[in-house]
Amino acid sequence: MFVFLCFLPLLIFSLAFLALPLVRLVSASVGGEQGWLIYAEIVSNPRYMQSLLDTVLVSLAVTIAAVLIATTAALFLTHNRFPGRSVLIASLTFPLAFPGVVIGFLIILLGGRQGLVNTISSNIFDTRIVFAYSMIGLFFGYLYFSIPRVLLTVMATAEKLDPALVEAARSLGAAPLQVLRDVTLPGLAPALIASGAIAFATAMGAFGTAFTLATNIDVLPMVIYTEFTLSANIAMASALSVLLGLVTWALLMFARSLTGTSIAASG
Amino acid sequence: MSRRTAFAIQFAVTLLACAFLLVPAILSILAGVTVNYFQGILASGVTLKWVGQVWELYSDTIWRSMGIAFGCLIITAIIGIPAAYGLNRFPGRLSRIVEEFVSLPLSIPGLALALALLQLYGTIKGFRLSFWFILVGHVLYTLPFMIRSVLAVFSTIDLQSLEEGAASLGASSWQRFKDIALPNAWPGILAGALTVVTLSIGEFNLTWMLHTPLTKTLPVGLADSYASMRLEIASAYTLVFFVMIVPLLAAMLWASNRAQSIGKPS
Repeated sequence: MFVFLCFLPLLIFSLAFLALPLVRLVSASVGGEQGWLIYAEIVSNPRYMQSLLDTVLVSLAVTIAAVLIATTAALFLTHNRFPGRSVLIASLTFPLAFPGVVIGFLIILLGGRQGLVNTISSNIFDTRIVFAYSMIGLFFGYLYFSIPRVLLTVMATAEKLDPALVEAARSLGAAPLQVLRDVTLPGLAPALIASGAIAFATAMGAFGTAFTLATNIDVLPMVIYTEFTLSANIAMASALSVLLGLVTWALLMFARSLTGTSIAASG
Repeated sequence: MSRRTAFAIQFAVTLLACAFLLVPAILSILAGVTVNYFQGILASGVTLKWVGQVWELYSDTIWRSMGIAFGCLIITAIIGIPAAYGLNRFPGRLSRIVEEFVSLPLSIPGLALALALLQLYGTIKGFRLSFWFILVGHVLYTLPFMIRSVLAVFSTIDLQSLEEGAASLGASSWQRFKDIALPNAWPGILAGALTVVTLSIGEFNLTWMLHTPLTKTLPVGLADSYASMRLEIASAYTLVFFVMIVPLLAAMLWASNRAQSIGKPS
């Protein structure tokens, strides 16, 4: 009886503000004149498919870059002890709670018209380099918030790996690259796949960064936003949201089945 | 490749990654205290006038964000702690499904959740126009963190034996929850609470869709300033945000590590 009472607040809240709204979202997506055919329209509409493709490509590129960079840094920070190590860890994790809008602004300071890169390149090489307001800016923005997430997941796993295995491989004459390929990376595999899936799903659903950088970056969340606010095409915005939600949910389920951890898909 | 080369490459990549994350943040902090960013900090000098202007223009968003974060903490605690206790008592298939379901807001983009909430409750004006609407969104998003954080601690201690002992001495269900479960779960509650507050203060995706001109939060105000204010004010506002969020994040990581180390030899 008491345990039932423990669940009561959760049940009321989740029913009212999660279950019912999600049902409403699905029913709104098929509430237009096309009904369920709206999902067929998404597939046959080149603009939506192009934006889906662009979103997948930029998310994939970010995932690969973030896993490569963060894994390298994580292994370095796990295997070496030196003064200043904790400062490096802190400076690789502090953006963890930054919302996407702030990261968009930071990318503008780096690669915008008055950004650092453009100032340096105009003054020294007399060429303008502006990359913030495009897919490249978006790539760097997503990389900015993916590196800390991947780093924390990989470091947590790397610290649990048995150092004796690496020592054994070395004493048997394995070169550093062989140790990495045959001992370290297989041990890290679940963490790499999981953190990669988290980075990918987060990039797929992120909205704030694209919103700050430019309104003409057609990634899927931006298309949903314009369909809803500018075109007032409620059914299409809902259908695209359902599609996006299903993709990111399936990916993160897959990631959690591998490690049992999850890091917020914010941004 | 020798070990020395491997070390050098790893070290270089680590430093480059640090620079990539730090440099824009430092630029932003400097811009927020520079008299004129386009002339540079050395030529034009240092000032706090932009921070002062941010306070005049946007202090309402700062207070509102703090209020919503605090409300979010209270509600997630009231809903999440008993729920985690219940889930721990019945670790079955049904509990797994409940946990998966309430964790959906972690994996569904905030934009989609906001559209869902707007379409169901958008017409109830008294609710739609109040800060409660945003608070509901934040609770939805942060609740899974509170539940998981508390549940993780429960699963490392032998709560059942403790409770059986107390029950044999005549303690009621409520007394066992209040006097045994709660004190033991404290590290998890603390870690969950700090996570909830940190995430609530930084939440943008849901809030942008749910806010009205009278219910702007800090990140919504930031987006507003990036679009319409001069760079120094936008930067000073970002600086204020950093000052709030970075200590919270540090406390959150500390508390999470502490909660995770329970039950393990230190």
